[in-house]
Amino acid sequence: MKAFADKLFLNIFHIQAADSPYLALWYVLMMFLVSFILLNFAALFAGIASYVERRIAARMQNRIGPNLVGPQGILQWLADGLKMFLKEDLVPQTADKFIFRLAPYFVFAGLFGAFVALPFGYGIVAADLNVGIYYILAITSLVVVGIISGGWSSNSKWALFGALRSAAQIISYEIPTGLSLMLVVMLAGSLSTQSIIESQGGWPWEWFVFHSPFTLAGFFIFFISSLAEGNRVPFDLPEAESELVSGFNTEYSGLRFLIYPMAEWANLWVVGAMVTLTYLGGWQIPGVRLETIPSSVLLFLISITIFFIKTLAVVFIVIQLRWTLPRVRVDQMTLICWTYLVPIALICLIGTMIWMLAFPWKSVFGTAIRILMSTVGGSVMIWCMLRARHNYVIDKDRFEKLKGIPAWYPPWKLP
Amino acid sequence: MVSAMETAVNPSVRSAVRKYFKNIYQLFYSILEGMAVTFSYLFRRPITIQYPYKLDKPMDEIIPDRFRGILGVDLRYCIACRLCQTTCPIACIAIDLERNPETKERFITRFDIDISKCMFCGLCVEVCSTGTLHHSKIFDGTSRHVENLVLEFVNTPVRPFIKPKSIEDIPVDRSGAITRNKLKDFFDLPKFRLTDEA
Repeated sequence: MKAFADKLFLNIFHIQAADSPYLALWYVLMMFLVSFILLNFAALFAGIASYVERRIAARMQNRIGPNLVGPQGILQWLADGLKMFLKEDLVPQTADKFIFRLAPYFVFAGLFGAFVALPFGYGIVAADLNVGIYYILAITSLVVVGIISGGWSSNSKWALFGALRSAAQIISYEIPTGLSLMLVVMLAGSLSTQSIIESQGGWPWEWFVFHSPFTLAGFFIFFISSLAEGNRVPFDLPEAESELVSGFNTEYSGLRFLIYPMAEWANLWVVGAMVTLTYLGGWQIPGVRLETIPSSVLLFLISITIFFIKTLAVVFIVIQLRWTLPRVRVDQMTLICWTYLVPIALICLIGTMIWMLAFPWKSVFGTAIRILMSTVGGSVMIWCMLRARHNYVIDKDRFEKLKGIPAWYPPWKLP
Repeated sequence: MVSAMETAVNPSVRSAVRKYFKNIYQLFYSILEGMAVTFSYLFRRPITIQYPYKLDKPMDEIIPDRFRGILGVDLRYCIACRLCQTTCPIACIAIDLERNPETKERFITRFDIDISKCMFCGLCVEVCSTGTLHHSKIFDGTSRHVENLVLEFVNTPVRPFIKPKSIEDIPVDRSGAITRNKLKDFFDLPKFRLTDEA
């Protein structure tokens, strides 16, 4: 980022930035510009993701979803946000007013701070921190502070229940998250997000998921526990609307309430990007060497596109999981963490260490195992698709007999 | 060493270990199966009818035949028995009869149904022996004033329908099927009233 700012300064003013007296001012200006772009990206993504999720959810339940505001309802999220703006900002009389007002900022800062270290393409990252992964883990922990203080200061039973569940959940799931990220850190030998991606490759058998059976398990552990940390279904216990009214944000209204769901939608991108960059090869282009990317703008764009496609695929799976699975019970939630994820993550940690010693990255056996595992992974995906097709075919005749119209209605055919 | 081996073959430990791994297997298998089901729904036709905006067929064809819509009255066949008025649990039907003192003829001067009160229970339709009172397929009775929802079916006084001489008594039939069978030629009601004769 600093190099980019220097280069831009040179291109605009034709002097080295280091020689200029306005160096600090220029850096501050660039910082504001970058944070403006990142915040807008996160907010836009949060809004559009909410709309897309509602459309996908609707199609999974034989409905259509919001389609009236704007063409095909694309402006629904703006309408929702505007509605929230116009609502009265209520603070309960018995609430701890200062903390009640403060809590949404923690959630906001915690989630949007993670965007600083997330890459978007080759060399495109706001700050390529050498402790990137550690920074993201640490700053997203601020969210739980916001949730607990928001739930506690509301002075409401439901909010307090939600906040305590959240405390139990998020703090215990930090451990498998951290342990499963350790595998990647060991393999890459770095905590920086960019160099983790650079140490992988473009083809699926060069990704860290398929490095060994241990990293495959680590991938699933990381995916599950980041779902739990983001309060997504099936781990949405802190805001279980059928048990607690709305969980920790019961007493919030208006713009303060809007921060919570918005941070949750933005968290979708954080989860998707983290899974992509750690295990799924990030922005690596298949068949293109790293050194050739800076020479061409096209390759830059392709790397951005690949990163976006992978991230959005993960986001789609997260959304689909939400509309597939029921919520787990509280005891099941802790059981999954402490008897399954943590021990398996520890085993994977040791297993990966041994594997790295026994079968180095470039050895024949290591490569063979990687190719075999990626083939198996691909076959599982194909099997899943075939099962989906089977499910469609067995219901198609019944539908057509009942309705007399073809049942085929793919998602790109908008109703 | 011996105790470790004993633990290794201990059936309860073995079954616990087997259950542990079976749980993991079932987790992945069931989630994949479930996702295959939800994914297949993305390719199926949504059943939503986007009512006022996009209709591929007229609403009358979409609505099923036994739909309980707003009540309709075909005054040509009303015998002015007032059964519907007495049956209605919320008294939303009002019928007035007047008699001409010279000719001794009776006239229906008022047949009002207050749709804003009507709860579409269908009791009046069941009790009507001539099929005069029926459910139409209309359901969108939106109005700015609640008074507009009082449907007045009589504009000018109507003479009640008089049964043909050959029939001794009005058949007591809740669905009105026998009456309708006898008076089939006179009926001009929607088709669904005539299909359930058997």
